Amino acid sequence: MNQAVAPKARPEFVLAVGDCVVLIRRSLRHLTRNVDEVIQSVVLPVMLLLLFRYLFGGAIQTGGPSYVNYVIAGVIVVSIAFSASATAVGVADDLRNGIVERFRTMPMFSSAMLVGHVVSAVLRNVLAVTLVVLVGLLVGFRPSASLGDWLVACGLLLLFSTAISWLATLLGLLAGGVEAAGGYAMILVFFPYASSALVPSESMPSALRAFVENQPFTPIVNAVRGLLIGTPTGNSVMLSVVWWLPVLALTVIFTVRYFRRHTGE
Amino acid sequence: MVTGNYAIEARGLRKTFGDLTVLDSVDLRVESGTMLGVLGPNGAGKTTCVRILSTLLGADGGAATIAGHDVMKEPRAVRRVIGLTGQDTAVDELLTGEENLVMMGQLFRLGGAASRRRAAELLGRFDLTDAARRPVKTYSGGMRRRLDLAVSLINSPPVLFLDEPTTGLDPTSRTVMWETIRSLMAAGTTVLLTTQYLEEADQLADRVAVIDGGRVVAEGTAGELKREVGSERVELTFDGEDLARARTLFDGEHVGVQTLSMPIESPSDVRGLLNLAASQNLDVKGFALHEPTLDDVFRTLTGAGSRTGAATAADADGATGAGACAGAGAITGETA
Repeated sequence: MNQAVAPKARPEFVLAVGDCVVLIRRSLRHLTRNVDEVIQSVVLPVMLLLLFRYLFGGAIQTGGPSYVNYVIAGVIVVSIAFSASATAVGVADDLRNGIVERFRTMPMFSSAMLVGHVVSAVLRNVLAVTLVVLVGLLVGFRPSASLGDWLVACGLLLLFSTAISWLATLLGLLAGGVEAAGGYAMILVFFPYASSALVPSESMPSALRAFVENQPFTPIVNAVRGLLIGTPTGNSVMLSVVWWLPVLALTVIFTVRYFRRHTGE
Repeated sequence: MVTGNYAIEARGLRKTFGDLTVLDSVDLRVESGTMLGVLGPNGAGKTTCVRILSTLLGADGGAATIAGHDVMKEPRAVRRVIGLTGQDTAVDELLTGEENLVMMGQLFRLGGAASRRRAAELLGRFDLTDAARRPVKTYSGGMRRRLDLAVSLINSPPVLFLDEPTTGLDPTSRTVMWETIRSLMAAGTTVLLTTQYLEEADQLADRVAVIDGGRVVAEGTAGELKREVGSERVELTFDGEDLARARTLFDGEHVGVQTLSMPIESPSDVRGLLNLAASQNLDVKGFALHEPTLDDVFRTLTGAGSRTGAATAADADGATGAGACAGAGAITGETA
């Protein structure tokens, strides 16, 4: 009892990856035990799809594809943004609970906790998007995408989802508490509504349209939509990467720095 | 590597938050295999002290070593040899007790198999085997604290910080916790325990440091502190009319509505008090003998706090008159 159990000698990087794996598994376990979170992140997107398909679908003119084909990319992007709320709340809850304090008294890579939250958020998104696509197929979604198109769309969504999840993690750290975290994350939820996700921007008043066409959620929606149903993508694929790759990189750097400074490392 | 025989050593620790000086100049030493009880009111700086020693917080001045490792320069080395149980249970509510332990073991890089073995051993020792597969959110307060302590022990740390481990527990859970802590002491762990309860320090600690206003105002064994700091008191309870008469008869202070509290030199003084009551036909409804309480200790020692340097228990003698530092105000006056 007089000697601490010695850790196995391995390179620091390998150990840090190991810590990430342990905490990713923790976050995934949360997913299986937190029914509210599952409903919020998986069932809600499907309900959103059905809502738009049947409730508004008849009233909205897309000027081309049928509304269900038009809206599916929008619902995917909206639901990814939606899950930011659960992620931010999860991070804030960890800070409140004191478990982060414990991690910090341990000789571990404490930012692994952030990685755990992000990876589980991305996996939640993968689950939700898969379900949205499957249900979409049942209610009239007819993709024209080639395998290559699908892969590019998935790549873009993965980039987008990772960036949103890191942003949500940062909001969770910055917010003073669980409720505040949920509130801040609503900012991320708002943006896709003011994009081309649900209605074509051509129908909007010019000031709103200028905002919608130049905010980062619009290119990702347009790119995914174009890839899936063959509407013109223009430069939206490139624009999505140009927007979201730097957002991801900067958010990761800032979040990890903030976490380490904030936690006195 | 270890300086002297001290597992925990702090010299002149200072910490300020804005204008508020939380730690003025704290010196603490804990010999290997012993327990130091750090006693103080809310806001005295106990938790800040623990946070600095456990690498959670940087100090503004002074130095500290844990098992010979500098807290500020070698935080990683320190983290390998410490365990910390804080005031809030720092476990994952959604995971089971077993999953919490195994996860922490893995984060200490013990490996999966060793973590599971150690988890099973600790669950048994802390009487949590039956609850091992239940999510922590279904645990009672006492079970949570036990699990929290078990988690702190996953890497068998030679140095353990217990920050108010029994605050908020019911008496039974507290007694169980004390037993557990005693068994750790028997195994040779060095412990720094903070508490608001003199009794807790009395029951468990080899030595006690009283901290107030960011300074150590007294240090010694629990017995020394009590003797130097306060006298025993007797409390007598009277009814209605008797109470008014008793008030004129005895020079006691009111505790509760019908109870008077008086200092006594030794238990045999009680006879005199009771005889006096009987001679006046006063009907004594209740009777209690009280050891010095934390209140007594603090009323006395906050006076000593203004003096320079860390006073010893013997020094506190001269400050006995400082009872004028009106009770509750002095005890709960500060925050942070």
